[in-house]
Amino acid sequence: MRFTLNGAPVEVDVHPMKRLLDLLREECALTGTKEGCGEGECGACTVLIDGAAVCSCLVPAAQAEGAAVLTIEGLGDAHPLQRCFMDEVGAQCGICTPGMIMAACVLAPDASLDEIRLGLAGNLCRCTGYSAIYRAVQSARRQ
Amino acid sequence: MKTALSTLELRRAHTLDDALAIMRAEHRVPIAGATDLYVGLNFGTVRARRFLDLWPLDELRTISAVDDRLVLGALVTYTAMIASPIVRERLPMLIEAARQVGGVQIQNRGTVGGNVANGSPAGDSLPVLAAADAVVVLRSVDSERRVPLTAFYTGYRASVMRADELIVAIELPRVVGAQWFRKVGTRAAQAISKVVVAAVRNESSARIAVGSIAPTVVRLTATERALASGAPIDDAMAALRAEVRPIDDLRSTAEYRKRVTENLVRRFWSETA
Repeated sequence: MRFTLNGAPVEVDVHPMKRLLDLLREECALTGTKEGCGEGECGACTVLIDGAAVCSCLVPAAQAEGAAVLTIEGLGDAHPLQRCFMDEVGAQCGICTPGMIMAACVLAPDASLDEIRLGLAGNLCRCTGYSAIYRAVQSARRQ
Repeated sequence: MKTALSTLELRRAHTLDDALAIMRAEHRVPIAGATDLYVGLNFGTVRARRFLDLWPLDELRTISAVDDRLVLGALVTYTAMIASPIVRERLPMLIEAARQVGGVQIQNRGTVGGNVANGSPAGDSLPVLAAADAVVVLRSVDSERRVPLTAFYTGYRASVMRADELIVAIELPRVVGAQWFRKVGTRAAQAISKVVVAAVRNESSARIAVGSIAPTVVRLTATERALASGAPIDDAMAALRAEVRPIDDLRSTAEYRKRVTENLVRRFWSETA
């Protein structure tokens, strides 16, 4: 099966019903994408498929065929969202952070606080109480 | 994932004709956005082993207005509904419902056909479709039939769909009157409904559909008749209490659901007066 992963074409031989999450972590060795709940509730496994946020624990590998998949590793190390999450302490234990950042990636550049909250409503954080996360996203918007 | 991958088998269809031929030849469970299926697979509670992936069928992704009907292809996602000017104009209560499904991630993959086929009593789009008198378009290799959503379900997650049929579209006649939607869950996002109500009011007549209070989505026909007859709201609510028979489960109690259903219908009636 072929798809584009973080901008580069890849070909993998996997079971078509393997979860995209497991494909990324086990076959592609990209462990930045985390498994939280395994039922689409927490958003920790969020990646982008053709620019749309999805829970990679709910996507069969086959549905990534021919698509462009973007994971946290695809942002490099110096994306404004990554820096702002550090500066605003938007991460504590860090499990939700890659998913939060990927969900924040697709927010409109002029997103209001309410729109940010709505856009991140599918991502749960048990540490920060969200305020630092919203501050980090707002701060990244301004850069 | 608790389900052993080696026990699962997936075929992918690339045209609707392919998909229908496969459904006639083999018994397979069709999948679209897979958002509900993978919850079950992850927890090892799905019995089916052979699946047919419909996700590549772009021909089922159209939203169109044909004469007086709004037609949603089975693979129209919640995100696509929310973005559609036609849906916004004709069926704003569907947009309300779509916005409250899961979070953005689920809205990007979950489909209207999947919500109908899955047939969860808590399916958030189902009360909207029932209140709008939606028709489910079922196709097989050699036939097509139209079943009103209110006649589609025969019991808990059971429907009149035959093993070789696929849902290809949902048709919605033009809705005249005020549309109203309210979902009550534990929190605003990522919550499964405790009670979900969609309703339409055209002067003195009402169509009221409720989810999560019965094995299937239900229309409150006795309450609708009482309201249409001009009975005082308190009398109509007596009819509601007689016809609403929810159960206790892990999300809510029967008593709570009954009370909330009544409160929501009262609110619908006063807000659309």
